[in-house]
This record gives sequence, C-alpha cells and structure tokens, in this order.
Amino acid sequence: MKTPIYLDNHATTPVDPRVLDAMMPYFTGDFGNAASRNHAFGWKAEEAVEKARKQVADLIGATSKEIVFTSGATESNNLALKGVAEMYAERGNHIITAATEHKAVLDTTKKLEKHGYRITYLPVKTDGRVDMDMLRDAITDKTILISIMYANNEIGVLQPIREIGKLAKEKKVLFHTDATQAVGKIPVSVIEDNIDLMSLSAHKMYGPKGVGGLYVRRKQPRVQLTCQMDGGGHERGMRSGTLNVAGIAGFGEACAIGGREMAEETRKLRYLRDKLKDRLLAELDEVYINGSMEHRLPHNLNISFAYVEGESLLMGINDIAVSSGSACTSATLEPSYVLKALGAGDDLAHSSIRFGIGRFNTEDEVDYVAGRVVEVVRKLRDLSPLYEMFKEGIDLSKVVWTAH
Amino acid sequence: MAYSDKVLDHYNHPRNVGSMDKNAPEVGTGIVGAPECGDVMKLQIKVNEETGLIEDAKFKTFGCGSAIASSSLATEWVKGKTVDEALEIRNTDIVNELSLPPVKIHCSVLAEDAIKAAIGDYKKKQVSRTSEPVAQEA
Repeated sequence: MKTPIYLDNHATTPVDPRVLDAMMPYFTGDFGNAASRNHAFGWKAEEAVEKARKQVADLIGATSKEIVFTSGATESNNLALKGVAEMYAERGNHIITAATEHKAVLDTTKKLEKHGYRITYLPVKTDGRVDMDMLRDAITDKTILISIMYANNEIGVLQPIREIGKLAKEKKVLFHTDATQAVGKIPVSVIEDNIDLMSLSAHKMYGPKGVGGLYVRRKQPRVQLTCQMDGGGHERGMRSGTLNVAGIAGFGEACAIGGREMAEETRKLRYLRDKLKDRLLAELDEVYINGSMEHRLPHNLNISFAYVEGESLLMGINDIAVSSGSACTSATLEPSYVLKALGAGDDLAHSSIRFGIGRFNTEDEVDYVAGRVVEVVRKLRDLSPLYEMFKEGIDLSKVVWTAH
Repeated sequence: MAYSDKVLDHYNHPRNVGSMDKNAPEVGTGIVGAPECGDVMKLQIKVNEETGLIEDAKFKTFGCGSAIASSSLATEWVKGKTVDEALEIRNTDIVNELSLPPVKIHCSVLAEDAIKAAIGDYKKKQVSRTSEPVAQEA
C-alpha cells in the first residue's frame, strides 16, 4: 500500500486510465477544431464531440441536443442561473435556492441580488435536506427558478430531487439542480426527476478537469437561456468558445464507464464507507455524523470528532488526503457554512472531517485510514482541555468562554 | 499549508502536556479561547513558594497545530522564570520562534493570554490567602 492515500474524492478524482486513452488522439493527430465544417480534421473533432454528447446524455436520460458543454460545473451554474434570470426577467424576478448550495450557486445568486433579483435561501433541516413545505410556501407568482443541488459536496446529503421536480412542474417554475457530486455515482434521470437544467462536471467522475456540461431541457418545457459567453455561437448559441475536444471526449468516456459500472461500484463504495464509519463509531466515543445517513451518496462520510480541532487532526494524519470543515482550513477562517446550516454548532464544524472514497481506493487503504484516525483522535483528545472537561462531567455549553 | 519544523516538532512531541490540581494554592490556571472559535488553551503554572520561580507548567489545547505548538512553547518558556518575568513574554516572540504565518498570529496571542490568565489566577489566590487565612472557593 502506497501513501499518501487519497480519500478526498469530493474535491476531485483521478482521471481513469480508460478515459485518458479516449482523450489522447485529440491532442496531436486529430487536433481539429470541431467547428471547422469543411475538412476532415474538423469532422473528426466534431464526431468525437457528438459521440461524447450522446454518452453524457445517455447517462442522465437526456437527448444529445440537450447537452451544452462548458468548462465545468461553476460555469454551468453561472449559465443556468444568470441565463434563466435574464431570459425570463419579464416573467418574474424571484429565485429559490438553499443555504447549503455550493458557492458557485450562492455567489451567483448574490450577484443577481445586486441586479434586482429577489432570492430566497431556504434553510435545511438538521439532516441537511430542505423542507418541502417551506419550499412550497416560498413559491410566488414571481418565482422563475428553483435551484437545489442533487447531492451536497461536503456532507453528501441527497436532496428530495424527485419531489422538488414534481412541485416545480406543478407550479410551472423552472428547476435547476447542481448534480456535480451525484452524476456518475448514483442513477440520475432528468425525465423521472423532472429536471429542467442540470450542471455536470467531468473531474468529479474520473474525467479531466476543465470540462463540464449543462443539461438544458428542450421539450415540456423548452428552456431558453441568455448566453453568458458571447462569440462564435457554439453550442447552439448558448456557450461560445472553441470546444475542448479532448476534454469532452474524456468526459463522454467517463460518463459511459460511470453508467456501465455504477451498480457494482456503488456496492463497493458503500461497503468501504460503512466499514470506515462502523470502525470509527465503535472505537471512539463522542463522534457525530453530519447530515442524513439514509439520504446520502454511497461514498461520503462527514463526521465530527468532538473536542478535537479539524486542522490539527489533518496534521496528524498527514499521509491521508481528506478535508475538514474547520475554520483553520478555509481561506475565510470561517467554519463550514454547510455544517453551520445543520444547526449542530460551530464547535462540531471545527471538528469535522470529510471522507470521500473513490473508484481506486482499496479495503487495505480504508482499514489503514480508520486505524490512523482513531490513533490521532485519541492522541489529540489527551491534549484537549475540552475532552478533559467533558470527562469530568462539565457541561461545556454552560461554561463562560473568553471568546477572542 | 506548510508548517515550520518547530511547529511540527511541538505538534509531534508536545512538551508539558497535562493537568495540575487547579485548587492547589501554588497553581495558577488560565483557560482562554472558546470552542466555537476553534481554539481553547488551558495553561497552568506551579510556583515555588520559596524561590518565587515557576517550577512547573502544563498545558492542554484544543486547536490547530500552531495553537498546540504556541502553548507547548509557552510552557517551556515560563518554566524557571519568576511570575513577573513570565509576564514579559510577548506573542511576537512566539511568532518569531515558531515562524508562524500571519493567519496563525492569533494562536500566539492566545498563548500570551493563557500565560497572563494563569498568572492572574495565581496572584488572585495569593491575595486571598494573605487577606483571609481560609482560602475561599471562587
């Protein structure tokens, strides 16, 4: 077993070698521009792009014409939200989203607010899911879009997408979902879920970085977007810019593999994740799982080790790549807003670790990680004044702290 | 983030970890920080009544590696000093010794505060001992 061990597959995933094979021809030999309509170089590139488009569409129950290639999910979220807001401005100015969305959604809606749009940020329940009654109540005759993510990037919690899609359809409001973490991992169908727009990313599913897509429904209803990138009119006018042919070919292949191997892979990932969870819960006290365990991606575990600060834990397991919701690990020095939204308290956010198990992890690696985490948590608890106070029976919530 | 060798050394081999009897008259205890801020330091000193020197110091810290290192270093530095000498320790000294980056300066501030709080607690005990023969629980 080699270290360091990569267990941060919600941040990014390695490119599957089979995906790389599918990409290689389009760098040197078949390097054409997919928009070159009058020679073989262009035709080959276009053929690769259209094959990939079909592969992406097939994975999510869409048709090829409904896929717009982008540079990734951030761009897709921007295009979906701003594109809809601009296109449907006459119909209304209200958008509903949730407090636990990715920053690519939240920062986009914040910008839209500056341009006069009204945004509702739904809180989530302690399990991380939105409340359907609150969503229903939030819809007004000015609501043009609901944007709720499929699966959360920190806690892996799945939102009630099918119910949201049904409600949006009934209320004739467009429904966008950021499905970056879900597609390729769990079955996703834009038909069954009544999704109108969906953001996708290649590098979260063993494809290359810098490529993603936006699903844009063509029928019932036909969704229109105001393009956010002006230029040569690529992607049916919705996203100009020369296509990243090699990246797109890789994205397509990643989707094909993801779809083909999903059932088996899910079983393996869930087994490894549950093994990790069960060991940590069995060998340590005062461990809390963040978010719903029932409605969760099979490869995610987000767990707080009370009385241990996250960054110090990462420092102790420095041969393992995971991430923490601790303030000390964020650029803003604020603890994770996702964990705060669950209402668990900032102290548990500071103590949280996100594990993301992936296609290439082995059982040996997971066993090793469990052992190392237990060892370091115990060591840091020996060092923790809070754990000592807890053991003495002191109620930490009643202590008057000298906040600084 | 890359940690300095000295931070890593204190993190991997923290000095003077532990607790002393906080009710003992010769022990001063300082607890600073808050769990929701992500760091809490407990620093204790034990003063030799005859020499007036801090003969032992212990700490426990909930916080990042730099917070652990700052408090570990603080316990090393206060040992062998008089209470007044220990009050001279500045957070900037800790920053320099551990090569802390700007985002970690608050860890050193917290360590300085912990020293001051421990000494404050010790002094309070001394005053109550001299003014009232029977020490009262705070």
